[in-house]
Amino acid sequence: MEQYEPEPLTPVQLSAMRRSLRSGRAALNRRSLLRASAGGALAAGGLGALSACGIPAAGKTEGGTSAEDHSKDEKEVNFSNWTEYIDIDESEKHHPTLDAFTKRTGIKVKYTEDINDNNEFFGKIQPQLAAGQDTGRDLIVLTDWLAGRLIRLGWVQKLDPANLPHAYANLSSQFRSPDWDPGRAYSYPWQGISTVIAYNKKALDGIEVTSVSDMLDNPRLKGRIGFLTEMRDSIGMTLLDMGKDPAKFTDDDYDAAIARLQKAVDQGQIRRFTGNDYTSDITSGDFAACIAWAGDVVQLKADSPDVDFVIPDSGYMTSTDNMLIPNKARHKTNAERLMDYYYEPEPAAELAAYINYVCPVDGVKPYLAKIDESAADNPLIIPDREMAAKSHAFRSLSSKEETAYEEKFAKLTGA
Amino acid sequence: MAALTEAPPPLAPAPEAKPPRRRGRWTPYWLLLPGILWLLVFFAMPMIYQASTSVQTGSLEEGYKVTWHFATYWDALSDYYPQFLRSVLYAGAATILCLILGYPLAYLIAFRAGRWRNLIMILVIAPFFTSFLIRTLAWKTILADSGPVVGALNTLHVLDVTSWLGWTSGDRVLATPLAVVCGLTYNFLPFMILPLYSSLERIDGRLHEAAGDLYAKPVTTFRKVTFPLSMPGVVSGTLLTFIPASGDYVNADLLGSTDTRMVGNVIQSQFLRILDYPTAAALSFILMAAILIMVTFYIRRSGTEDLV
Repeated sequence: MEQYEPEPLTPVQLSAMRRSLRSGRAALNRRSLLRASAGGALAAGGLGALSACGIPAAGKTEGGTSAEDHSKDEKEVNFSNWTEYIDIDESEKHHPTLDAFTKRTGIKVKYTEDINDNNEFFGKIQPQLAAGQDTGRDLIVLTDWLAGRLIRLGWVQKLDPANLPHAYANLSSQFRSPDWDPGRAYSYPWQGISTVIAYNKKALDGIEVTSVSDMLDNPRLKGRIGFLTEMRDSIGMTLLDMGKDPAKFTDDDYDAAIARLQKAVDQGQIRRFTGNDYTSDITSGDFAACIAWAGDVVQLKADSPDVDFVIPDSGYMTSTDNMLIPNKARHKTNAERLMDYYYEPEPAAELAAYINYVCPVDGVKPYLAKIDESAADNPLIIPDREMAAKSHAFRSLSSKEETAYEEKFAKLTGA
Repeated sequence: MAALTEAPPPLAPAPEAKPPRRRGRWTPYWLLLPGILWLLVFFAMPMIYQASTSVQTGSLEEGYKVTWHFATYWDALSDYYPQFLRSVLYAGAATILCLILGYPLAYLIAFRAGRWRNLIMILVIAPFFTSFLIRTLAWKTILADSGPVVGALNTLHVLDVTSWLGWTSGDRVLATPLAVVCGLTYNFLPFMILPLYSSLERIDGRLHEAAGDLYAKPVTTFRKVTFPLSMPGVVSGTLLTFIPASGDYVNADLLGSTDTRMVGNVIQSQFLRILDYPTAAALSFILMAAILIMVTFYIRRSGTEDLV
């Protein structure tokens, strides 16, 4: 048998191969890079393809569109919530209130902490909801203004009151009828959030801060004041300080509040606008005072005794994070049952004892006192009459207003 | 290919008249397929989608339609050119700082580290094991107003100089341009060191000896031999640093203030807050075009052929 011999390559072929490996055509060089990028630009300019794209109009169906409800045959519910926003046991694996719900109803809860930021989360679910698709979530928790936007766009489902007897009976009056969801047809609050002024005693060094004016006008606090990137909290607190009502302000009032903050930015009084990361600034003392969320401050206080908060005489902003059922959710009834469960005083008390936000459920106090006496007396968790009187909500905005206001606020924060 | 066809000695004729089966002629293309698909799905399609978005008008309620509204580009540019300039400035400063810090280190690893070479390489790469966000947040602790770094800089009156230059304000570093540039430099330094190292490491040590034999002083050897040979590393290192740094928004967001916002921050806020998708898309394209033009010009000027 003849043995196979590879054909010998000619010296010319060999040298061509070698060249192509080192620096010939195969090597990544400037010319090939330029050519490649020019090709990329051309491909991107395929004009015909461009007009084929477009974003469909929001579904204008009143009451949202439901998918077939699989609640009966699939005993589960997919619950998306913010991080660290529920009770958790020592092992950091189980959520006692959810476990109790599963035990009683047989409905498994798939709990996901995938909401970090309202805007970001909206960016995430917007393509699916706009296209009328299932997001894979049965229950989501969003702050007022975004909940209002989803209702406006028709992207969430109307709730069935028959499944929500406790929620209907126990929702505290403060939260009963927000202007963006009159009578709570689409949403029920998960927790309430109070926006207050936090300060660092050590950093303040004896300077008194009890109002937004104190923060903005004291030259000794130059460059050590923080505001939130959440427009409604920062502007709301400023409006209150200016004697305006955030529930019914005008365009001029808004512009005046922006101008007041712009002046403070220009003078270098405001160090920066922050999201949740203000917590590190206030504990390190880089912020002497800042607009903050009370629930965070209650937790920060436990670790750093210098941090405390004050509620201005002019009042404070309250908002809620609301449970909503997005369009096409597969387990609507199960989601409603879970919603209703958290309006029973006992689970509500257990939740309130763990996370220090405003409890939206009436009649929780005696149950909470059994778990944690001091929490039950804390007006930030169970608001007393005086606290409730000082609480203000930001009015809902039309789509046009929202764009215009966010744009002005973005200019203020530099982008 | 030209060289192959012009090859003077003809290929040995096949013993039989049958043309040889061209085995594996399509193999390279099959092997390329996953990469091409990947590029199509994750690069070409999003690009077309974004390009389309940038010429649409509408609102969330009414939907967006392609109306060939090219004015969006002009509006975006005229509204946000300060942020564009700032991005180029900060990314450029960070790139130069990376080069100044990274070159000696890469040189050390390539020529002088000996048995410590692997250890130092690991130290360069180690920060990558933690998240980008955590690394950036760590700078807030390092540069805290009451921290030792800022304290020392204040005692040495360095911050008086930098404030006068407009890089910092008052007696702090955080929430100033300097902090943002420092953050960018830190976060992108390994992208500079690695290509520099790989091109320095390839230099034949005998070339240095030859330069010495020809009575070149060490400085001359570096200027005439080492540095020119390391140019591919310098070019790819600066590109790998500059391009992502100019689009970065995390450093400006966490370490900066209102007057340090970069174009990445504008795109983020247009896209997520104001929900002005066309403007966000237009800004992204302007940024890409600007980078492409700058990079083209830079590669042409740098006079190097190879990038690796």
